[in-house]
Amino acid sequence: MKSFALFKKDLHSELRTRYAINALVMFILVTISVILFSIGSEKISETLTGGLFWVVIFFSAMSGLSRAFVSEEERGTVLTLHLIASPNTIFSGKLLFNLILVFAMNIVIALLYSVLFDSFIIRNFSLFFLAFVLGNIGIAAASTIIAAIIAKTGSKGTLYPVLSFPILLPLILILLELTKFAIDGTVIGESLVELTVLVCYDVVILTASYLLFDFIWKD
Amino acid sequence: MSDYRLTAEAVGKTFGRRLIFKDVNFSFENNGIHGIAGHNGSGKSTLVKIITGILGPSKGAISHTNGGKKIPVEKLHDFIGFVAPYLVLYDEFSAEENLRHFANIRGIQYDKERIDHLFNAFLLYDRRLDEVKTYSSGMKQRLKYIFAMMHRPKLLVLDEPTSNLDSAGKDTVYRLIEAESATSVVLIASNEGSDLALCRSVLQLENYKNNSN
Amino acid sequence: MIWKTVLFLLMLFVIIAGISFPIVENPTAWYQFPVIPGLEEKAKIIFFHVPTAWLTVVAFLVSTVYSIKYLKTKDLDDDARSIAAAQIGIMFCILATVTGSIWAKFNWGSYWNWDPRETSIFMLLLIYGAFFALRSAIEAEEKRAALSAVYSIIAFVTVPFFIFIMPRIMTGLHPGSANDTNAGPVVNFKMNGNMMLVFFTSLVAFTILFFWMWRLNYKSIIYKDKLTKNIL
Repeated sequence: MKSFALFKKDLHSELRTRYAINALVMFILVTISVILFSIGSEKISETLTGGLFWVVIFFSAMSGLSRAFVSEEERGTVLTLHLIASPNTIFSGKLLFNLILVFAMNIVIALLYSVLFDSFIIRNFSLFFLAFVLGNIGIAAASTIIAAIIAKTGSKGTLYPVLSFPILLPLILILLELTKFAIDGTVIGESLVELTVLVCYDVVILTASYLLFDFIWKD
Repeated sequence: MSDYRLTAEAVGKTFGRRLIFKDVNFSFENNGIHGIAGHNGSGKSTLVKIITGILGPSKGAISHTNGGKKIPVEKLHDFIGFVAPYLVLYDEFSAEENLRHFANIRGIQYDKERIDHLFNAFLLYDRRLDEVKTYSSGMKQRLKYIFAMMHRPKLLVLDEPTSNLDSAGKDTVYRLIEAESATSVVLIASNEGSDLALCRSVLQLENYKNNSN
Repeated sequence: MIWKTVLFLLMLFVIIAGISFPIVENPTAWYQFPVIPGLEEKAKIIFFHVPTAWLTVVAFLVSTVYSIKYLKTKDLDDDARSIAAAQIGIMFCILATVTGSIWAKFNWGSYWNWDPRETSIFMLLLIYGAFFALRSAIEAEEKRAALSAVYSIIAFVTVPFFIFIMPRIMTGLHPGSANDTNAGPVVNFKMNGNMMLVFFTSLVAFTILFFWMWRLNYKSIIYKDKLTKNIL
């Protein structure tokens, strides 16, 4: 409940300042149009379309998700948070905020994508949906803990993708594979291994984040 | 009235391999005003942050007990009020929105009566619906007092309590600190004579720096 | 001293044997290596390339262990041990990548093929790189130690996923090359007894070398740190 209150605070602040949302929306538009321009009238394969989908998501995530912690650090309100909430509450609240942001962002990307790319045809929708949901959770969890780390450093913006990429790479590879399956129309039964790995990734990253957040948060 | 006690046992802090202070011992209970003195850069703020659990000590331990029971670190923030020049509230919210969010995040009721009383005492009632970014630094400092006192803390920690305040503001603050000290422990970290004059006891941080190791 | 002597003798043996022992069709003498089809003389890289890759992993492990220890003790010496291991690790990581890549050009025809092991070493290179980028971006040494420790632990827990998922992805990237990817770059060849001996001696020798270098490195880091602060 307390973390939900923190989430509400962040949402209220976001709606008032529009710091992350504006940048995020523009970023999504720019990335997708760059891809569209570079493709031109070329016909690209379905597999490649599925891959580019996650590329757009990765870079959009890198542009907006660090805001949760960086904005607190830049304004110096970290101490205030220290004084009203425990580290667990803070991490849960920020994670919730990033989860909502990732879901909103990725749904927008998915919609835009399916309208703009003819070769983005999902034949097994339920598999894609499962991978999408589990993948979003993983992206939100990993990018939240990395955001907490980079918020304490000198060069916040450039460091974020550098640190996130190795952590997110296994996740993205699994998602690429599952998206390919979904495009090919593979049944869920044959993708169980990948789905299990995806669930394990989410669980491991979440557990590690909760265990380690204390060390990041306390100076 | 429940029994609150703050104890420091051989508390020491080093940054990297540099010693800030060591072997700090004290014990305060229930009420009264106590001071921590030391020149700039002597580690007052560091000690204050260790007391409030924001920093961990390198050596020794701080313990807060309430009614004989130790307060766990993750619950500590419910028992502490804190004012410091480096404390920042959310600029994009009004004073009241700030306090409402804080109450919700703490998981306590927004005590309107108490907070309106504080708004009046600190002469901010008329401005409580304005965004904090429109405040002067003195107003921000007074708002921090409301933030620190709104949940009736057992321990009120004031780092440089009168920075940014004019003499009228100082008098108000002194009066309210006196009133608050009847029911809670007030710790003042300061270098100003007038701040330290309020204190029942003063701890000179300079005495804890002999670098003999 | 005894360890240095042992290391010297082991390394001497590995270098002499690994480079000079001949590869012949039907080995008869004790010092002859068998011919492995498709590799021939190029098989000898195994004595030097595999140990460097092995040390990359060992260094990562040591670095993570001392990261965990630092978070427990908050002792900057443990941070020095962690960073010292990582510094040696990235060096061996680059060595393994470069030697492997050159070898791949001659054996597989191109410098880089994105097969599972090449991808894993690339991943480790990225993690090491990110680790040092993070460290250089933080001024306060305690914060630097704590944050880089947290990062290396998080990176460490994600590596198993990578190792697990990779073979499945790679078959997807190279259709029709399932046999290649299953065996990886280390073709499932039959090493004879003396080849095995040289190979494992090399692994042991390189491991000792690592711990020696690591000890020197972290001690010098700690001394340097103390000297700059005049507290020695």
